[in-house]
Amino acid sequence: MSHHIIEVKELEYRYADGTAALRNVSFRIEHGESVGVIGENGAGKSTLLLHLNGCLLATKGTVRVGDIPVLRDTLKQIRRSVGTIFQDPNDQLFMPTVEEDVAFGPLNMHLPPEDVESRVHKALEAVNALHLRNRPPHRLSGGEKRTAAIATALSMSPDILVLDEPSAGLDPQARRRLINLLDGFKHTKIIASHDLDMILALCPRTIIMHQGTIVADGATADVLSDRNLLAKSGLELPLGAQGCPICNAKHPEK
Amino acid sequence: MTRLDTAISDVDALDRLATRGSPIHRLDPRAKLVVTALFLLTVVSYPKYNVVEMTPLFLYLAALLALGRIPALMLARYLLLACPFALLAGLFNPLIDRQVVTYLGPLAVTGGWLSFVSILIRFTLTVSAVLLLLASTGYVAVCAALGKLGAPRLLVIQFLMLYRFIFILTDEAERMVRAHSLRNPDEPNPPLRAWGSLAGHLLLRAYDRGQRVHTAMLARGFDGTLRLPQGFHWSMADTLFVAGSSGFLLLARYGHLATRIGQWTMELAA
Repeated sequence: MSHHIIEVKELEYRYADGTAALRNVSFRIEHGESVGVIGENGAGKSTLLLHLNGCLLATKGTVRVGDIPVLRDTLKQIRRSVGTIFQDPNDQLFMPTVEEDVAFGPLNMHLPPEDVESRVHKALEAVNALHLRNRPPHRLSGGEKRTAAIATALSMSPDILVLDEPSAGLDPQARRRLINLLDGFKHTKIIASHDLDMILALCPRTIIMHQGTIVADGATADVLSDRNLLAKSGLELPLGAQGCPICNAKHPEK
Repeated sequence: MTRLDTAISDVDALDRLATRGSPIHRLDPRAKLVVTALFLLTVVSYPKYNVVEMTPLFLYLAALLALGRIPALMLARYLLLACPFALLAGLFNPLIDRQVVTYLGPLAVTGGWLSFVSILIRFTLTVSAVLLLLASTGYVAVCAALGKLGAPRLLVIQFLMLYRFIFILTDEAERMVRAHSLRNPDEPNPPLRAWGSLAGHLLLRAYDRGQRVHTAMLARGFDGTLRLPQGFHWSMADTLFVAGSSGFLLLARYGHLATRIGQWTMELAA
């Protein structure tokens, strides 16, 4: 199934004021892969993700999802196969109740009411959130908002999931539940995050971005253990790979 | 700011009533919307001194209240919250219009006082009718019904988004005011000159938020039409409700219902 592939070639993007946000970005993500995108604040992670569903269009270079190039004319197909989960669930949950929000995508796909209903049910079931169905988003906890936001993307039956900082702002157990949930998905996944331990748990492959370019792209185990590379990119070792802070309190880095 | 917060949570409480079940709740939202609109038109169509003729309309509200099992105290609370507007609107009538129009026993009643009372009655009738509509239907269903009945699409989207983001906006405003007051222990409320920049910041934040929400909508295939999952089912009960209510309103407006009720009770008493 070739439509689960994402191919980015020499992508360049400049903001309206001329600032280059992405320069010469190229990679290819195969079917079923799970890839972490990491980098300091302002490295271009979010900008890159916005290109994958056509919210931003390349200034130069190409982005392809499966066999389809991301262009203004192909946005409909692209958005059907790429599900995006944005950083702030309050931006993603814009309808008055969770049910209406999860139904939003399928309704825009002009599905008949029975199909919309079954997709809403399935998506909420997949994230264990059927009980949130009739709740208004403003009365959900941070973790509940996050799972509801994931359901809104799942209901469109995407082949590829793009997640921007999915674990931000979650308490440790909610974060753990999220990791287990995402780990159970068979989709091709692209996850941008500062939570390096989550990347370590979920993504066999990691891309490091620095000042709008890719500085490393390889096996997560290698990339996240390269102390120098991480330091140059404004990052540090994942907490799990650092020394025990209690046994080695004065020199956690050694 | 906490007062604003309470007001917002009141809206929320009203909406929660809409999830209850009752014969009124089960009616098609469009039927209730149409009848409420007719009711409002009837109320504003009375001449300005016509206080007595309006009173039978309270019967209609009482029936809705009882059938819809909506707590009357709650309704009264909302009316009290909103009544300063009505009081303000009618405040000067007794001062300006001093012509005596009728006598209540030994008491001379001027046109100003009569129209003042008339404004208060109209206020109570109209606001209660709208509150009852919301409490028995729910905000979203009312918006959806508006859309179905041909209200402009953009307006309906605005109404729906307002309901979702008013909570986030008040949260943000509250955080800003709190951040300000924490650094100004002597002035718990921001001074007038700070409001300009606070409001400006809030506007910028809302603008940014709007753009992010729009992006999220586009990512899920938004094409300018907001589609809602719930379908409406117009049944016989709805037709009967609209016909019965319209009949009652016509009778109240043109059939001198108040006078007749008065005569009947006099006859019964005699």
